[in-house]
Amino acid sequence: MNEKQKQNLIRIIITSIIMIALSFVEADGMFRFLLYIIPYFIIGHDILLKAAKGIKNRQPFDENLLMAIATIGALVLALYRSGDYVEAIAVMLFYQIGEWFQSYAVGKSRKDIADLMDIASDYANIEEEDGQLVEVDPDDVEIGSVIVVKPGERVPIDGIVMEGHSTLNTAALTGESLPREVEPGKEIISGSINLTGLLKVRTTKEFGESTASKILELIEDAGSRKSKSEEFITKFARVYTPIVVWAAIALAVVPSVVLTVMGSEPMWGEWLYRALTFLIISCPCALVISIPLSFFAGLGAASRHGILVKGSNYMETLSETKTVVFDKTGTLTKGTFSVVAIHPEKLDENQLLHLAAHVERYSSHPIALSLLEAYPNEKDDCLIENTEEIAGRGIKALINGDTVCVGNARMMEDLGINWKPCEHSGTIVHVAINGEYEGHIVVADTPKPHSRAAIKALKAQGIRETVMLTGDAKAVADVVAAELGLDQVRSDLLPQDKVSEVEKLLAGKRSEDEALAFVGDGINDAPVLSRADIGIAMGAMGSDAAIEAADVVLMDDDPFKIATAIRVSRKCLRIVKENIWFAIGIKVLVLVAGALGFASMWAAIFADVGVAVLAILNAMRCMYIKVQQPETVS
Amino acid sequence: MKKTYKIEVDCANCAAKMEDAANKVNGVKAASVNFMALKMKVEFEDGVESNEVMKNVLADCRKIEPDCEIFFE
Repeated sequence: MNEKQKQNLIRIIITSIIMIALSFVEADGMFRFLLYIIPYFIIGHDILLKAAKGIKNRQPFDENLLMAIATIGALVLALYRSGDYVEAIAVMLFYQIGEWFQSYAVGKSRKDIADLMDIASDYANIEEEDGQLVEVDPDDVEIGSVIVVKPGERVPIDGIVMEGHSTLNTAALTGESLPREVEPGKEIISGSINLTGLLKVRTTKEFGESTASKILELIEDAGSRKSKSEEFITKFARVYTPIVVWAAIALAVVPSVVLTVMGSEPMWGEWLYRALTFLIISCPCALVISIPLSFFAGLGAASRHGILVKGSNYMETLSETKTVVFDKTGTLTKGTFSVVAIHPEKLDENQLLHLAAHVERYSSHPIALSLLEAYPNEKDDCLIENTEEIAGRGIKALINGDTVCVGNARMMEDLGINWKPCEHSGTIVHVAINGEYEGHIVVADTPKPHSRAAIKALKAQGIRETVMLTGDAKAVADVVAAELGLDQVRSDLLPQDKVSEVEKLLAGKRSEDEALAFVGDGINDAPVLSRADIGIAMGAMGSDAAIEAADVVLMDDDPFKIATAIRVSRKCLRIVKENIWFAIGIKVLVLVAGALGFASMWAAIFADVGVAVLAILNAMRCMYIKVQQPETVS
Repeated sequence: MKKTYKIEVDCANCAAKMEDAANKVNGVKAASVNFMALKMKVEFEDGVESNEVMKNVLADCRKIEPDCEIFFE
């Protein structure tokens, strides 16, 4: 609670006590009026003051003026009619209680969400010459300085580990709960928490350019990009209040005049009372506050799962997604080769891999790396000599005196060796020893572990079409697509073809209200990311270009996060719509009831304050949206 | 030139009105208020002195919301 909230709470309590005390006092006429005017001024003086300023600055239609008119009107009515001043003061009192609650709830959720996103460290440790650690402002740390991160501390600035081994908790950044191992030479990003060992890190960025600062900036900016719902509410609020005020004036005058003309009793007091009731409901507070609050909480919830949505408008578009277009390599597949099959002729599988790995020892070709990865203890006591690379063919080497050739079909043909084809899709690496065919090893880019579950979850969420775009050959692409359960594949595409494919898919949309999302890894696909209705970049941590081009950034490279993102956006939008309909619905209902004389001022103030409170509580639900785990889907 | 300022305002409706007011001030190309983050982002016209413009922005915002605050300088 801040100072202002405390003061207002005290005013509310004092007024309530006076009101209870006054109910035991017997007083009449002017004396009674003077007694009741005291609590009225205690609770309402700031409203009256603001209303007067509003008139002075020619901004009359604000809630302060409406409350001022309504309560003064009620007091005057009471003076001439019933002497029941309680109603006017109660209206002001409840209005203030509502305002207080709103201010408290918004402040609280602002703090909760800020805590969720508390990923920036406010200091960095620098080691002095005598070995003492000093805490400095991270803004003052220059690129290339060495900082020390103790166990339990947050990494303040991006850098490279110089000394020390440890595990890092990156949950706040990526939503991934498994700790990540780091050792000297490894990159380390700000915002993660050092769990076990002391690390010395050489910084590679300034604090302001580091991942944690960038993410915070992105989240804070997100609220400035307003969604259609928010714009609708702003426009609605702009016309709603004046309409209700004019309607109230009409309600105060027209029926009485008509009644007089018809020769009946005009009932001025009754119609004035109804008009004042109207004014009390005219404040659009509940809507105006709950919609941005829902989005803010939704964006906060998404970021906790490692999903950065760059604006409320993108949150909205994301929820309307009907088609998801994937880039293949690096998005659905790992983007690196690995051994998927070994088919030896005479040797056993391990022996064949052993020989092939030896030959590839000095190569840095992606295929060589995949063979070395599949045979980790390659450096044994075998003698390897005369390694020779034959461009476009393969590699030849002398292993323990035997000539071993490892390469593609053309290499085998050049050597006059009969090679066998393989039923597997992927890249086939043939092996021959001393001119004799020994079999082949298949390497391929394999799907990520959660790709299949991701597609399945998207389908379950009602995504109509999943499409994969790839530069790969049709045979390879079709196999991957079938394995993952995609609806469509477009293969043999050049990078520039991807934009035109997405344009074709955009043209085929069934209505304007559905959106097409493109998911890529941010490398070479920036044009496609910006062409799609919504561009999702994955694994983009540290890649400025991808963060720039995309509308939604997934912090790690897990494709299942796409399904999570859409789920969060839909829940958030549902809560937004609930609030819009609920708030407008109740207000219209009470307006109608008030006009017909069924609703008192009490009902009106409860409708106003109660709706605001409920809408705020509903909006807070956005912060706690549950997500599915990939394991439960596949 | 774009700058972000911390602001102090009580209600979302008032924040929306501040945004309207700020957008009408000379020297402001575009302004947006984020009520939840309590930030005002202002894009200035070329060649204006941002603090001078912000004085006018604050004055105009005070007219519609007397106890709002914008922290510049």
